[in-house]
Amino acid sequence: MTAVFKHELRSYFHSFTAYVFGAFLLAIVGFGAMLYNLQAAVSNFEYVLSFGSIVFVVIVPILTMRVIAEERRQKTDQLLYSLPITTTQVVLGKFAALLAVFLIPLAVISVYPLIFAQFGDVYLPTSYGSLVAVFLMGAALLAIGVFISSLTDNQGLAAGITIAAILFNYYSVSLSEYVSSTAIGTVIALAVLIFALGAVIRYLTRNELLAYGVCLVLTAVICVITFVDSASLEGLLPGIMQQLSLFDRLNTFVSGVFDLAAVVYYLSVTAFFLFLSIQSLEKRRYS
Amino acid sequence: MISVKHLTKYYGDFLAVDDLSFTIDEGHVYGFLGPNGAGKTTTMNIMSGCLSATSGCVEIGGFDIFTDAMQAKQLIGYLPEQPPLYMNETPEEYLRFVGEAKGLKKAELELQIRQVIEQVRIRDVCGQRISSLSKGYKQRVGIAQALLGNPKVIILDEPTVGLDPLQIIEIRDLIRQLGQEHTVIFSSHILSEVQAICDRILIIAHGKLIAFDKPDNLEKRLLADSGIVFTTDAPAAVVREILSSVQDITDAVIHEPDHGLVTAEVKTGSSDIYAVSRSLFFAFADKKQALLELELQKASLEDIFIELTDGSDPAAQADAAHPESEVEQA
Repeated sequence: MTAVFKHELRSYFHSFTAYVFGAFLLAIVGFGAMLYNLQAAVSNFEYVLSFGSIVFVVIVPILTMRVIAEERRQKTDQLLYSLPITTTQVVLGKFAALLAVFLIPLAVISVYPLIFAQFGDVYLPTSYGSLVAVFLMGAALLAIGVFISSLTDNQGLAAGITIAAILFNYYSVSLSEYVSSTAIGTVIALAVLIFALGAVIRYLTRNELLAYGVCLVLTAVICVITFVDSASLEGLLPGIMQQLSLFDRLNTFVSGVFDLAAVVYYLSVTAFFLFLSIQSLEKRRYS
Repeated sequence: MISVKHLTKYYGDFLAVDDLSFTIDEGHVYGFLGPNGAGKTTTMNIMSGCLSATSGCVEIGGFDIFTDAMQAKQLIGYLPEQPPLYMNETPEEYLRFVGEAKGLKKAELELQIRQVIEQVRIRDVCGQRISSLSKGYKQRVGIAQALLGNPKVIILDEPTVGLDPLQIIEIRDLIRQLGQEHTVIFSSHILSEVQAICDRILIIAHGKLIAFDKPDNLEKRLLADSGIVFTTDAPAAVVREILSSVQDITDAVIHEPDHGLVTAEVKTGSSDIYAVSRSLFFAFADKKQALLELELQKASLEDIFIELTDGSDPAAQADAAHPESEVEQA
């Protein structure tokens, strides 16, 4: 794992991706700090982090698009498979390197509140609480990026899908106001979700029986709920969209609450997508 | 060292490897021979742990490649068909990564990197990016990678494809040299190459093992079918008469070109072709007829290969015939 970690880290600094990533993050946070903290003279650094979080739409794909897609294009995945390291070690090593690249600009950013504290009253716990939340959210987004990169051997495609996924996540709360909150709307949306889940299961496991089975069971559950208690489905879809939003939970931290549920959510999303990435790599061996 | 038992691999409905079983002992060079699409790469990918099998098992030094993957992989160095190189790195950086991943530590790592660099002779290009190297050098970096960690078994998938004649000779020499310390398995569809460097040959077609023997033995197998071609100035009728008196001749084709000489192709069922040749010579001498030319047509590996892979697939034959042109350049 350390071999993969060191190798990845070296390649990020060789190929400028680490620098571009850091530069983007520092630029937007610096810009935000200038707007909020310097010009408007607001002492809350967490507002800057909230403002800057949109930059993840761009910088996460920059970092993650090649992480596995490029291995597949260069056929170096064959090397990884034949080396005495497990796919879990490969994925974790790569992810650790991504986190390290992410932590460097964050370390720079973490000095800002201290600097501002020299010139006024900064409530540091909220600033650093939000910074931790930004790190955890970034980690979750990076894990999503790694998974998307593991699905294709085309970097551009991986980047595009990652941007779309993060953008959708970013706006999911705003979008949730426009989606249907009726029971029937929820049922349709859930049906689509179940279908998508079935497709993913089938792609990853190549087990049609399992995929159809899961779809069938979930559809049955929805049907039962629809007929027994359709009122409970009302407003469920917007609710789910709000719940799924990674960005929305950051605002809890910004408003001064260190939300443990959100921490658990970020960690679970990270673990879930890393798990899927490992499965996706492992699946290639079974093709 | 390696035992492959009842290995079967399906790609969807396509059967790539069909109940393949063989055992490989320590310390020889093994040639994996077969037409394109015979299942060579698939088998090697499974043996190196890159691919799962549909059924059957592979054991490397007693460790199952699927269940004891880590121990088994420690024993193998693998060079896939396309060398798995990180193009933006220098060979040295690349080898350091592979060495670390194989669990080599500091001093040992440096020592082995230096050793393999010497062994495959890439010292001159160590500081260059791999993307700027020629195909031959890339191939050598790929082999260097397989050698790190001093594995007992080295598996090379078509290591000479796409190289120029000089590079092919160098890589062959390297393989021969590696065979002294390691068990080397390499695949090829070039027969003369396998014949030249292998101690044992496995011929595989349509996912099945159809021959596994020493090159000499494989040749002997078809020696019985070999023929004699001779040219004489005796009339055709006399030739026919003489031939009928010689034992062990199963078939004779007599050509009568315009210029008065008769050429005949004789097939024999005897395992001792020289004895037949001898009696043929004296049969002609007794009748005071001269043999102007006498040539034994011993079966080459090409013939064996075509014969073994023939009958089921004309493409195999075409593939078998095609590499000869490549060989001649070499």
